[in-house]
Amino acid sequence: MENQATFGDILVKILIVMVLLTSSTVFSVVKTSTLENIKLHKVLKCGVSAGLAGFSAPNSKGKWQGLDVDICRAIAAAVFGDVNKVQYIALSAQQRFVALQSGEIDVLSRNSTFTLTRDTSLGLNFAPVVYYDGQGFMVKRKDRVSKISDLNGASICIQQGTTTELNLADYFRANNLKFKPVVFENNDEVTQAFVKGRCDALTTDISGLAAEKSKFKNPDNYVILTEIISKEPLAPVVRHGDDSWFDVVKYVIYALITAEEFGITSQNIDSFFKTKNPKIKRFLGITKGNGKALGLDEKWAYNIVKMVGNYHEIFERNVGKQSSLKLERGVNALWKNGGLHYSPPFK
Amino acid sequence: MNTKIRWIRKNLFKGYFNTALSLSLITFFLWFFYNFFNWLVIDSVLLGDADTCRQASGACLAFIVDKTRFIFFGFYPESETWRPITAIVIFFIIVFYSRLKTRWNRRLLFNWMYCGLVIWLLMRGGYFGLVKVETNNWGGLPLTLMLATVGMIFSYPIGILLAMGRQSKLPLIKYLCIIYIEMIRGVPLISLLFMSSVMMPLFLPEGFSPDKIMRAQGAIIMFISAYMAEVVRGGLQAIPKGQYEAADAMGLTYWQKMKLIILPQALKIVIPPTVNTAIGMFKDTSLVIIIALFDLMYTTKASMQDSNWLGFSVEAYLFVALIYFIFCNLISRMGRLFEKEFGA
Repeated sequence: MENQATFGDILVKILIVMVLLTSSTVFSVVKTSTLENIKLHKVLKCGVSAGLAGFSAPNSKGKWQGLDVDICRAIAAAVFGDVNKVQYIALSAQQRFVALQSGEIDVLSRNSTFTLTRDTSLGLNFAPVVYYDGQGFMVKRKDRVSKISDLNGASICIQQGTTTELNLADYFRANNLKFKPVVFENNDEVTQAFVKGRCDALTTDISGLAAEKSKFKNPDNYVILTEIISKEPLAPVVRHGDDSWFDVVKYVIYALITAEEFGITSQNIDSFFKTKNPKIKRFLGITKGNGKALGLDEKWAYNIVKMVGNYHEIFERNVGKQSSLKLERGVNALWKNGGLHYSPPFK
Repeated sequence: MNTKIRWIRKNLFKGYFNTALSLSLITFFLWFFYNFFNWLVIDSVLLGDADTCRQASGACLAFIVDKTRFIFFGFYPESETWRPITAIVIFFIIVFYSRLKTRWNRRLLFNWMYCGLVIWLLMRGGYFGLVKVETNNWGGLPLTLMLATVGMIFSYPIGILLAMGRQSKLPLIKYLCIIYIEMIRGVPLISLLFMSSVMMPLFLPEGFSPDKIMRAQGAIIMFISAYMAEVVRGGLQAIPKGQYEAADAMGLTYWQKMKLIILPQALKIVIPPTVNTAIGMFKDTSLVIIIALFDLMYTTKASMQDSNWLGFSVEAYLFVALIYFIFCNLISRMGRLFEKEFGA
């Protein structure tokens, strides 16, 4: 009895201490905003994919590379003026949103499709789209297929159990077209089957098709059709409840697009300091105001472009002409060039 | 020589059917190894980049050469590569030293603890002028070895206690052990890993997240303990009842009985299934992929996604299969050595 009483006492004491500890940490976190917290810890925690060619993958030296990774670096450039103050946290598809909700990461930049349910019921906020993906088709050049309707009655290779399979069936039914599905378990098998001629076309997201195409011995013998049958807008994500941090992430992405609009690149940015254009002066922080409004240094946009580049440079380096994926800008061009990327004015 | 020919004639070419079978199999193997050798050696590319590899018909060894460091050590800083290498060497030395039964005493236990501490300090750094390397950046072979070894070291004693508890005459202990064992064995390791990595942070205060590796390690220990418990229980039940009764008759206490009479015999019997569990566990550590820990398997998979080196998955998988084979083979050899040492 005596023993049990003391044991109970200790238990109660431990519980009280634990409650105090947790509540004090909770309150201290609630008081500070995400941005202040990041500045305090001197590191941006960025959730990325553990391996997706062109978007985020470690290179041979173990350095992260890709379009999603460059978004993390751009945010770090804006906040710290240093692209290396990022801690990359690799996340699987199942982990990603929980990691954001639990505060394990500050921003998720992991090829996540912007959808209504995720935006609302998961308690997330999607920043501007950084890459407009969509399900497309790859065909052999010699088949002279130029649009999807040419594929009526064709056999099409797909991966089993993916939304790709569903989208394909829906699209063909809606457009009164016929097709023979050739289904495989994994990605490599699907590609092999297509190359060996088991099917006339291969379908998955355009960025995925480009990665597959780059593996071929003669990539020029294949064509990726420009038409798409599904919308996969990929955007960085932050959690609900901190609007000023959401603003920072939003305007970092807009800064990349705006820089491209102005024709400012990491190479020529210093020559713009002599400009008389008031818009560019505001953008570069020569005319002050934008930085203060976001809670960042006035040179935030300058740092982003100088250290990471504008959207065009990021795109070409990771998924465009300079990369092995060789993707066209397509819908990812600026609105001026017939694409979808558009930034509100920086004033 | 003559006997060999006779053996071949008797075993491979007896009758038309056997002769046909042997010839076709030999042809197949020759054809297979000829092609494999061509692919791996003759037509392979050792130096060059992805484009030279794609033009060649053989294996892209250049890819493996370029990726070896990343596959073995993951995100560990390149300038500090000597540290995980030294850690692995220390690990092998202590394992090799522990192979003889005569060295199994209290001092060896302390030696293991010292080595563990040295390895930890070496990997983690932050002392003696070593750069601090966060556990987030650990990966590859050291991580796989750590998850497997620490998992085994902790789950073995826990498993023994659970097995003893399951046979206990005290109902509370008995049923708690049964519930634990059956519950853990009733769920896949993946779900435990998910629980520890995905659900746990939701219950903890925001911004406070215990080490991802520690969480995974905990889940692995919990999981393997339940399996070890059942392995040990097999040994406990194989000891004849007379031995338990004789020990009781001698007036030994429960712990004396277990320590002096039952466990030494029971654990000897269960060496083969224990080794089996250890090998299974070594390979199971690759499941930490789903919580994005870069173990040996995942560093390999991530290497395939480097956009400079797309499309060499066959080479990468063969390479990592070879590494896994070597280690699993070592574990199984160690098991056979123990069997000999203990005369089981």
